[in-house]
Amino acid sequence: MTEEPLPTTRTLAATIAATAIVALTLTGCSGAADASGTGTAVDASTATSISAFGDLAALEAAAIDEGALNVIALPRDWANYGAVLDLFAEKYPEITITEAAPDGSSAEEIQAAQNLAGQDTAPDVFDLGLAVALANTDQFAPYQVATWSDIPDALKEESGLYVGDYGGYMAVGYDPDTVPAPKSLADLLGAEYKGKVAINGDPTQAGAAFAAVGMAAVQNDGSVDDFQTGIDFFGDLNAAGNFVKIDPTPATIASGETPVVFDWDYLNVGYGTQLEGERNWEVVVFPGTGYAGYYNQAINVDAPHPAAARLWQEFLYTDDAQNLWLAGGARPARADAMAAEGTIDADLFDALPAVPDTTVVPTGAQSEAAATLLGEKWAAAVQ
Amino acid sequence: MSSRFRVPAAAFGLLPFAVYVLLFLGLPTLIAVGTGFVGNDGAFTLDTVAALTDPVVLAAFGSSIGLSALTAVIGAIVGALVCYALLGAPPEGPLRSTIDSLSSVLAQFGGVMLAFAFIATIGIQGMVTVLLRDTFGVDIYADGVWLYELPGLVLPYVYFQVPLMVITFMPALVSLKTTWAEANATLGGSSRSYWLRIALPVLAPSFLGSLLLLFANAFSSYATAAALTSQGSQIVPLQIRSALTSETMLGRENLAGALALGMILVMTVVMAGYSLLQSRAARWQR
Repeated sequence: MTEEPLPTTRTLAATIAATAIVALTLTGCSGAADASGTGTAVDASTATSISAFGDLAALEAAAIDEGALNVIALPRDWANYGAVLDLFAEKYPEITITEAAPDGSSAEEIQAAQNLAGQDTAPDVFDLGLAVALANTDQFAPYQVATWSDIPDALKEESGLYVGDYGGYMAVGYDPDTVPAPKSLADLLGAEYKGKVAINGDPTQAGAAFAAVGMAAVQNDGSVDDFQTGIDFFGDLNAAGNFVKIDPTPATIASGETPVVFDWDYLNVGYGTQLEGERNWEVVVFPGTGYAGYYNQAINVDAPHPAAARLWQEFLYTDDAQNLWLAGGARPARADAMAAEGTIDADLFDALPAVPDTTVVPTGAQSEAAATLLGEKWAAAVQ
Repeated sequence: MSSRFRVPAAAFGLLPFAVYVLLFLGLPTLIAVGTGFVGNDGAFTLDTVAALTDPVVLAAFGSSIGLSALTAVIGAIVGALVCYALLGAPPEGPLRSTIDSLSSVLAQFGGVMLAFAFIATIGIQGMVTVLLRDTFGVDIYADGVWLYELPGLVLPYVYFQVPLMVITFMPALVSLKTTWAEANATLGGSSRSYWLRIALPVLAPSFLGSLLLLFANAFSSYATAAALTSQGSQIVPLQIRSALTSETMLGRENLAGALALGMILVMTVVMAGYSLLQSRAARWQR
């Protein structure tokens, strides 16, 4: 029994220490805002746009004064995040970036913020799938970046609680040396694809797999209101013996275990780049109705480094960072505005897989209904 | 006076173990049982436990129990036969000691390592699969790739069940005394009457006890299944993972507690049966 009180005391001490650090940091940053000449003390944690600081230089000064930024669940090979993090580090060498749990899920990001609330190791910013973003708006601080008006309305929450940043279409990647090129969803039911088609995760758990079923639904005469036709398609795929229930990774693609993979186009493009010289890898977005999904940025309401969090946000929506998404095969949220201004990397933009005739993105309510349906029907359909 | 103090003094040596059991078994069990009765708002509710009757959850319990029972029976029978065969080898000989130590290692060879071993040998591009397909023209996946589904778990599970049976059942077989066989022969009994009247009744509690242990072993296995099957969360431990980490079906963390509660119930029944049978078997093993 002697062991029990010890951890409690330690946690308490750590909490007190962390609170003290946060308090000091906050004092420090309002002091910096004073020094930068805006005349008024800026509380970075309540700033909803750059105008609260005055200008970008003032925000940069406040962020540099904090000197740190905690990010979480940003895989370096996901949509070119590695290059984005490196560019930020190069631009602001005074700000130390701490990357936590690179392979964590969106749900785990929120859990980390809640578990670490009040400590200086808590995440400052989130990168979230839409379902998780919609369910946790209490956890976000509203903020509108300087280029707010460039972002399509459909991608952002109006007060800036969360903002779509990069995304793409659900696509099928395949090894042209092993299987014929699929031209439509129905092709995948053919005998040439026996034991070869994989999706990235279980749709009742992973966002990308969820989107694969959504794409199958809209391609299979269904809609985002009703995922049943998508579930039916994978049921048929399973009955035909074509569905292989293994999580695809670059390793399974390299070994030939998963020659056909449903995944976001930018991730599929990434697999191809990674396996260059080992495997040929083509990516196709089926014509007709396309299923798009965007990942969203949000600021932790309890961010230990509120100014750095806002500077990170501003940085992600600059032309440079947006073009880096493009280099990773993803579609940046400001793509249309940047194309109009001529600041987009035209070669990369033109190289993206062709956009389908119509594009659908499910709303929060549609996602929730689909998730419930998948919970009931998925396991039985693919057994 | 002195004898009254001796017992607590000896029990004091068990304190570290008692603390360990309390912290890592008692407390988690309490928390699991507790969360099963709490809703997302933190208030008491029976809804989460009621969710255990959901068809998907029931199917997962069915698959879990079915898989565990099947692999326990296969493991128990094969393991018992191995033990019987080993009786012919000298007790201190190299064969017995090799199989003994091999069994101890293989019984613990589970999880991601085991899953990888199976993927590398009989996966879609596994050595054996490719050899059978290219050299003998036999496609073991002609009807679909079953390794990454529920039936695919049977082989890896049997892989660690058989050695566990050898470890747990061997002492019972060894404790069959030769004097019993001699007594049977002296009284005019046949080999048949020896097995039917003496050996099998003596071995039965041990055999059934080992069978239950194998069942419990498979029922609580998680890592092998997690590494092999990614779809459908067909067994209860995978349902728990899904409830805890899903990014598409949110707010089901408490369901994990209810599922754990269900597993604890099954395990309690099995373990109670095990200890009952062991106490019956023990008197023959002195």
